[in-house]
Amino acid sequence: MTALRLIVTLSGLLLLWQTVVWLGDVPAFILPGPYAVAVALIDRWQLLLMHGAITALEILAGMALGVALGMASGALLVQFATARRWLLPLLIASQAVPVFAIAPLLVLWLGYGVASKIAMASLVIFFPVAISFFDGLRRTDPAWLDLARTMGASRTALMMQVRLPAALPSLASGLRVAAAVAPIGAVIGEWVGAAGGLGYLMTLSLARGQTAVAFAALALLTALGLILYFAIDALLRALIPWQADSVATDHRS
Amino acid sequence: MSSDPSSQTTNTVTLSQARLVYDGVVLFDGLELALPQGQITCLLGPSGVGKTTLLRLIAGLATPEPPTKIATHDDASYMAQQDLLLPWLNVMENTVLGYRLRGKVRGALDLDEMRQHAATLLSQFGLGSALHQLPATLSGGMRQRVALARTLLEDRKLILMDEPFSQLDAITRLELQDLAGSRLKGRTVLLITHDPLEALRLGDRILIMAGRPATLGAPIDVANSLAGDTPRDPSDPALLALQAELIKRLRAAHAATRDTATRDTARGMT
Repeated sequence: MTALRLIVTLSGLLLLWQTVVWLGDVPAFILPGPYAVAVALIDRWQLLLMHGAITALEILAGMALGVALGMASGALLVQFATARRWLLPLLIASQAVPVFAIAPLLVLWLGYGVASKIAMASLVIFFPVAISFFDGLRRTDPAWLDLARTMGASRTALMMQVRLPAALPSLASGLRVAAAVAPIGAVIGEWVGAAGGLGYLMTLSLARGQTAVAFAALALLTALGLILYFAIDALLRALIPWQADSVATDHRS
Repeated sequence: MSSDPSSQTTNTVTLSQARLVYDGVVLFDGLELALPQGQITCLLGPSGVGKTTLLRLIAGLATPEPPTKIATHDDASYMAQQDLLLPWLNVMENTVLGYRLRGKVRGALDLDEMRQHAATLLSQFGLGSALHQLPATLSGGMRQRVALARTLLEDRKLILMDEPFSQLDAITRLELQDLAGSRLKGRTVLLITHDPLEALRLGDRILIMAGRPATLGAPIDVANSLAGDTPRDPSDPALLALQAELIKRLRAAHAATRDTATRDTARGMT
């Protein structure tokens, strides 16, 4: 049902787009129609695939790094009062720095290769992951912790067996946000200066008037983002089957 | 046996000169409490008087103020008003939670052996077919049964229970009292309850806590006043007569606490 709804919506939008292009007689370098984009996708698939692979690598590595750092920070903040006093204000203040504005700096320091984009993507997702994990960890039902303490649980056992599972629903929100914004980080990095990737391909083809290729890259980027989001979502649902869901968001229904 | 509490029975817990201030309110000061070994002591009294705080003090979950002295000879197993089942663990794993949390302790039974004990206990509790279900799929009564099984499986000599059955319907509550009553024998228990009938069915002694700062009245010796073993028959006329007497005393305790409390300090502290 969902698939059918999606196909209907998508075809409707594509049809509208094509109609606008036909009726408005828009030049192809301003707005190519969906047909032209499809042709570009097929004709240039090797090029798109190569750049897509680079961007995918940047997003995945950025996700891994950002999630690892974010979770480590969240755990550190909840375990040590000293860390809370010193790191938490810093963490919050760091969010006031527009990450996009430091993209050129990252390129300057880390070069035109994938490293600066990975750093960019992990910076963008670090905060939502760290804060959501920290919130989940500290909002663990105190009564559970009391019970575990009377049972003689060690600090490590409290963390690993009570706080961590209890924080998963909250962390999941952070991870969903991360999955949605990680591609943005990678692409911004590519726009600023890169030797490859879909963002780089877009700037390059736009400069050459090959707007259809830019659109094809955009379509691929969207597909990447969707795959990432739904993969994370499915993983989280499998990890947290016990979480009550009061709204039907089931993609299968 | 301990049928004569006036003789020198050993106390599992002795609390003396207990003082606790919560949010600027002196909950109790100079409070004395002893839990005789192998007896069930029920603690009643108005909400907010400090019963839970007292229990948390004994459990080591609240920090007392000087000159409080606590002498406990055994680690406590704790059962709260909420079942506190972890939603991500199934019934079996929730029951052996203490063993999971402590990990491999020398001399302790291994987790798989504990699971076998848990399975036996749970099937005696009528949960034999629910071992692998998550708590969310269980009724309130079933969940509290799992919590009781978890408390008993800890196998501690001292058990602290804070209104463990208060959220259950009357009939389920009687069933749980039956299960608990027969299995708590021989252990030292402090049971906080608001239900006079529950105290009379399960208790060897009843204490009433009242006033601000709170004090404990002289213990009511239920074991010697009522015939029959715990869990006692709730329709026994002698028990019902004692219940009427107990309710009278509780009313007086409520009035006394209202008069002495200058501020409303309910705030979830029962």
